[in-house]
Amino acid sequence: MVEPVAHIDATIEVRHLTMAYGSTVIMRDVSFDVLEGEIAVIMGPSGSGKSTLMKHLVGLYEPTEGQVVYNGESFTEAGPARRNELLRSFGVLYQNGALWGSMTLAENVAFPLEEYTKLSKGEIAEVVQLKLALVGLRGFETYFPSEISGGMRKRAALARAIAMDPKILFFDEPSAGLDPVSSRRLDDLILRLRDYFGTTVVIVTHELPSIFAVGDKAIYLDTEERTVTAIGSPRALQDHPPNERVRLFMTRGG
Amino acid sequence: MTDASNHVETRLQNEVLIVTLAGRWMLADGVPAYDWRRLFEEEQPASIRFETRELKHWDSSLVAFVLRLVNWAEKQGISVDPDGLPDNILNLLELATSVSNLSRADGEPSDSPVARLGNQAIARATTANEALSFLGDTVISVGRLLTGRSRMRWREFWTVIQDAGPSALPIVTLISFLVGLILAFLGTTVLAQFGAGIYTAHLVGFGMLRELGAMMTAIIMVGRTGASFAASIGTMRVGEELDAFQTLGVPISDYIVLPRLLALTLMMPLLTLYADVIGIGGGMLVSVTMQDVTPRLFLNTLINAVHLNDFVIGIVKGTVFGVLIAITGCLRGIQCGSNSEAVGKATTSAVVTGTTLVILSNAIIDWLATLG
Repeated sequence: MVEPVAHIDATIEVRHLTMAYGSTVIMRDVSFDVLEGEIAVIMGPSGSGKSTLMKHLVGLYEPTEGQVVYNGESFTEAGPARRNELLRSFGVLYQNGALWGSMTLAENVAFPLEEYTKLSKGEIAEVVQLKLALVGLRGFETYFPSEISGGMRKRAALARAIAMDPKILFFDEPSAGLDPVSSRRLDDLILRLRDYFGTTVVIVTHELPSIFAVGDKAIYLDTEERTVTAIGSPRALQDHPPNERVRLFMTRGG
Repeated sequence: MTDASNHVETRLQNEVLIVTLAGRWMLADGVPAYDWRRLFEEEQPASIRFETRELKHWDSSLVAFVLRLVNWAEKQGISVDPDGLPDNILNLLELATSVSNLSRADGEPSDSPVARLGNQAIARATTANEALSFLGDTVISVGRLLTGRSRMRWREFWTVIQDAGPSALPIVTLISFLVGLILAFLGTTVLAQFGAGIYTAHLVGFGMLRELGAMMTAIIMVGRTGASFAASIGTMRVGEELDAFQTLGVPISDYIVLPRLLALTLMMPLLTLYADVIGIGGGMLVSVTMQDVTPRLFLNTLINAVHLNDFVIGIVKGTVFGVLIAITGCLRGIQCGSNSEAVGKATTSAVVTGTTLVILSNAIIDWLATLG
């Protein structure tokens, strides 16, 4: 049974999560909340388990202990059918885009709509056009992922992630492999989509400019202590770091 | 009209088309279909305005709906006054139609049949060109190996020997044994009808040694080893591992192709020899059980029936097939595109090309043998 939590109405509650590969514990006792419409950044050095944590949040990995709770409902304890239903309200942008190479951009974005809605072909085409236009890829419907640049692939993957108007968007290293300008444009796009659709966003990244540009709340994963050692707004963490490692991270070792 | 679903109403007022949007707009309920072109033709509005006071809830289905309306209006030269729309929809529309983050697709390939034919021809010519230069590189590599200046990786060579030799034995055993059985079965049934059942040993001996021993082994190895060459080299292409060799100035032909070519060329004749023996064993089993023949008689007849020549031709074929399989496998792997789907295509292509070349060269060698 889920212990009742009265004090918050967070969209995402992570409670005492312990993550392990076999007997190797990656992170233990990880707890944090993400409020509705908030952009939460999971940050930390390479190898701290940021991506692993995100994969636990979307159910790709099972926690050894603890729970992930969405809108008061436990995702960890949900049955497979209910879990799939919850998953449909998520959008995930993988590190390399993970677009399906054998489908055009339009088909990639249309896929979740065809699978999970009763929209007609014409309606789907319209929504697909809108989503591609929102990420600045109007006119690229018939292109294959291999025919466009890395930055465009990321944006196309974002169009697929927002195809179903998700309530929560997850980003794994959105700026990885992007030039500073494309990276900023993507940050800007994330902010706008959050503002206009009210989407809750979770971003895994170690790029300081992105963290400061978009993050409402930063969650620091510490490699040594194997848990969360700091939660707060990026500015606050920079100005008043709770420990030395957070200070080094927020100032690029300065 | 209920609150539960989306609702659209249009009315004309002083040449202004007022579009009323109301209710709950959910993507799952669909986007209402509206024939704007016909409506514009009938009503001839000068501009469009929106009314959204009764709008309860919306998501991108409404944005898609409005975007289509705006696009149609633009085409017909009708001005749209978006002020009546909620701010967030305005922002989304602006984002979707903004030119700044829009790099128009240009250079889109032409779709006409002639252009496609031309592109196909150019692609074929390029592939042939690549194949030729690959062959050239490989020959030069072999030359370097013979003069002792090659940088071949011997560890890779032994891995391929293991994979193309001992590891292939079980499947080669099974297939050649069955082929021997089938040949002998044909002999005992078909030849026996003409009272020539005694010649079954001829059929098995000649068939296995000269034709099927080498060919069946080659077909197995195309699927087993040729395909795995293409897949592993193709994966290296996707992971930019081949590029890494090239930028280090290490010839791919020495490092990747040579060990595979050498190993398969050495193993194929041995496998062919092995397949010959197993196949004859299979044939003998059928002859002994279905006809009144002793193993000794069967073998004696067989040895008298076939010439050393037949056996040598079979082994030569096996060697040639080995070269062909290794070369097509490596070539398709190296030609592989840079995405994961291309690896599958490269593998298929290696099997198709390999099988075709094996059967084709078999026919050519047989023809050449009749000349001699």
